[in-house]
Amino acid sequence: MDIGILVTIFDSALRLSIPLLAACLAGLWSERSGVVDIGLEGKMLVAAFAGAAGAYAFGSAWAGLLLGILASVAIGLVHGFASISQRGNQIVSGVAINMLAAGLTAIVGNAWYGQGGRTPPLEGDQRFGGVLFGHSALVYVVLLAVPVTWFVLGRTRFGLRLRAVGENPAAVDTAGISVTGLRYSAVIIAGVLCGFAGVYLSVGQAAGFLPNMTTGRGFIALAALIFAKWRAWPALGACFLFGLLDASANQLQGLSLPGIGEVPVQAIQALPYLMTVILLAGVIGKAIPPRAAGIPYVKER
Amino acid sequence: MSAPLDLPKWADTILVPAISVVAAFLVAGLVVLAIGENPLTATRWLLLGSLGTGEGLGFTLFYMTDFIFVGLAVAVAYHAGLFNIGGEGQATLAGLGIALVLNNLTFLPGFLLIPLGILGAAAFGALWAAIPGYLQAKRGSHIVITTIMFNWLASVLIVYLLVNVLREPQSMNPETRAFPEQAQIPFMHDVFAAIGIEIPHSQLNLTLVLALAAAYCVWLLIYRSRLGYAIRVVGSNPSAAIYAGISPARIIIIAMVLSGALAGGLAVNELMGYQHRLLLEFTSGYGFVGIAVALMGRAHPVGIILASLLFGILYQGGAELAFEQPAITRDMVVVIGGIIILFAGALDGLFRRLVAHLFARQKLARA
Repeated sequence: MDIGILVTIFDSALRLSIPLLAACLAGLWSERSGVVDIGLEGKMLVAAFAGAAGAYAFGSAWAGLLLGILASVAIGLVHGFASISQRGNQIVSGVAINMLAAGLTAIVGNAWYGQGGRTPPLEGDQRFGGVLFGHSALVYVVLLAVPVTWFVLGRTRFGLRLRAVGENPAAVDTAGISVTGLRYSAVIIAGVLCGFAGVYLSVGQAAGFLPNMTTGRGFIALAALIFAKWRAWPALGACFLFGLLDASANQLQGLSLPGIGEVPVQAIQALPYLMTVILLAGVIGKAIPPRAAGIPYVKER
Repeated sequence: MSAPLDLPKWADTILVPAISVVAAFLVAGLVVLAIGENPLTATRWLLLGSLGTGEGLGFTLFYMTDFIFVGLAVAVAYHAGLFNIGGEGQATLAGLGIALVLNNLTFLPGFLLIPLGILGAAAFGALWAAIPGYLQAKRGSHIVITTIMFNWLASVLIVYLLVNVLREPQSMNPETRAFPEQAQIPFMHDVFAAIGIEIPHSQLNLTLVLALAAAYCVWLLIYRSRLGYAIRVVGSNPSAAIYAGISPARIIIIAMVLSGALAGGLAVNELMGYQHRLLLEFTSGYGFVGIAVALMGRAHPVGIILASLLFGILYQGGAELAFEQPAITRDMVVVIGGIIILFAGALDGLFRRLVAHLFARQKLARA
C-alpha cells in the first residue's frame, strides 16, 4: 500500500464522515438537553431534499443550504412540540419523523419533478465546489462546529444550563430558568446541524437528491454519539473512525489479508453497529446517556 | 400524566384513537391537495382497489396478516414497558430460519415441514430479539438503540449470506432456491377450490388463520395468564414488580423472546405463504408499520386486528391508487403511517386533553 492510496482513503474518509459528524453533533445537542432524537435520519433526508430543490430553483447552493436548514428545523420543531410541549414519547415521535420524511420527500419529489422522486441534476453554482484542498466550505463549517460545540456546551453559561436541563431539569426550573426554552433551543440547534448534514449529501457530495439517500447515516450518527459518550471531540473521532471504515470497505473489497482470507465488505459495514452494541453492553467502558434524556419534564411534580 | 384526566373507558380506548386517526387522514388529505390531486377521488380509488373487488380484498387480507404479526410483536414488548423497534431485523432473521429449515429438510412431508418452518421462523426471530432483551435486562443497554443496531446488523448479515453462501449457484439474483413444494402454505383460493368454492386468486394464504390464532393467544397471555400479569406489572411499575416477587430482568427477556417470535410471523406469511424462497428486503419496512398498528390498536389484540385491516386497506388500495393517479405513489402510505404514529403515539396527550375538555364542558352544561 503506497502513500497515494492512504491519501485517497483519508480523503474519502473525511468526505464520508462529514454528514455523520453534523448529524452526530445535532444528536449531541438534543440529547444533552434531555430530548432523545432518533429522528436524525429523517431530518437529514428532509434537508437533503429541500436543499437540492432550493439549489435547483434558485440556482445557488447557498439558497439550498438555507432552505435545507429551514426544513430540517421545521421538522425538528414538530419533534420538539411533541416531546417538549405535549410531553409525548420521544422515541415514538422520532420513528414517526423518520417515516414521514421518507414518504414525504419521495412523494413531493415525484410530484414536482416527475423523475421517480429525484431532483433534477445540479450543476455549476447549484453545487458546493471545493474551496480548500478540494473540499467545499460545508466541510470546514461542520469541522468548525466541533470546537464551537465543545466551547459553548462546556464553557458558557448557556451550555451549563443546557447540560443541567438534560441531567436534572427540576433543579434548573427551581433556579427560575425555563426548561422548555432551553430544550427548544437545543432542538433548533439540532435542526440546523442536521440541515448541514442533509444538504452536504445532496448538494455537496452528490449532484441532487435521491429517494432515501441518507441510507441509515442518521443511525450511524446515533451510534457514533453513543461511542463518543455524548461529547464533542470524541464525536469527531468516532465519526472519522466510522467514515474511515466506510472508505476502507470500498478499498478492501476483494482484498485478501494474510491469515484471515478475504474480508467480506459486509463485515466492515457491520462494525459500527457491532461496536456500538458491545459498548452499550458495557464490555469495553460504559456509555451513560444524560440522566433526564427521554423523560418529559412535568413542572408540578 | 400530570393532572388526572377523567375520561370514560370507551372514550379512552375508542374515541381518542379514532380522533387521532381521522386527524391523520385529514393531514394526509392536505398532502394530497398540496401535490395538486383530489383527495376525494383518491379515497374512492383507495377503497375500490382494496375492498371493491374479491381479488383486491384478498390482497388486503394478505397485508393485514403481515401487520397483525408485527403489531402483536410491538404490543407484547410494549406491555412490558419495552419499545421493540427491531421488528424488521427479527423478521429478516426469521426468514433465514425458514430457509435453513425448509431447504435442509426437503425429505420431510408437508405436515411436518410446515410446522417446523414456522418454528424455525419463531426461533430465529426470538433469538434476534432475545439478545437486545438480555442486554437491556442484564447490562442496562437501551433496548431502542440495540434493536436499531440489530436491524442494521440483520440487513448486513442477510446480504452477506444471500450473496456469498445461500444463493443458488446458477442464479444471478441474491435469493435462495425455491422451498420444497410440500412446504408451501396453501393459498386461500386453493383451499376454497378444494372444497368446491371458487374465489378470486390472490396472495392470501392460510397464514391469516395463524395470525388470528396468534392474536387470540396474545390476548389470553396478556389479560388472562399469570405471565401476562407479570409482564403488565413490569411494564407499568418495575419496582412494584420486584416487591411482588417478579423478576423484571426475566420478564423483559421473556417478553422480547415472544415479541421476536411474533415478528417472525411476517416472514412466514411473506416467504412460506407467497414468495416461496428467501430474498432480500422482503420485510419492506413493515416492521415499522407494526409500531403504528400497535399504537393505534392501543396494544390490544382486537385493536391490532382492526388497525391491521386499516393498514391492509391502505397498502392494497395504495397500490391501486398509484396505478390510477400516478402522482400519489405508494409512499403516501408511509406518510399516513408516519402521521398516525405521530398523532396516536407522540401527540396522544393532545387529543386526550381535547376530549377530556369536551367531556368536562358537557358535564358543566348538564349540571
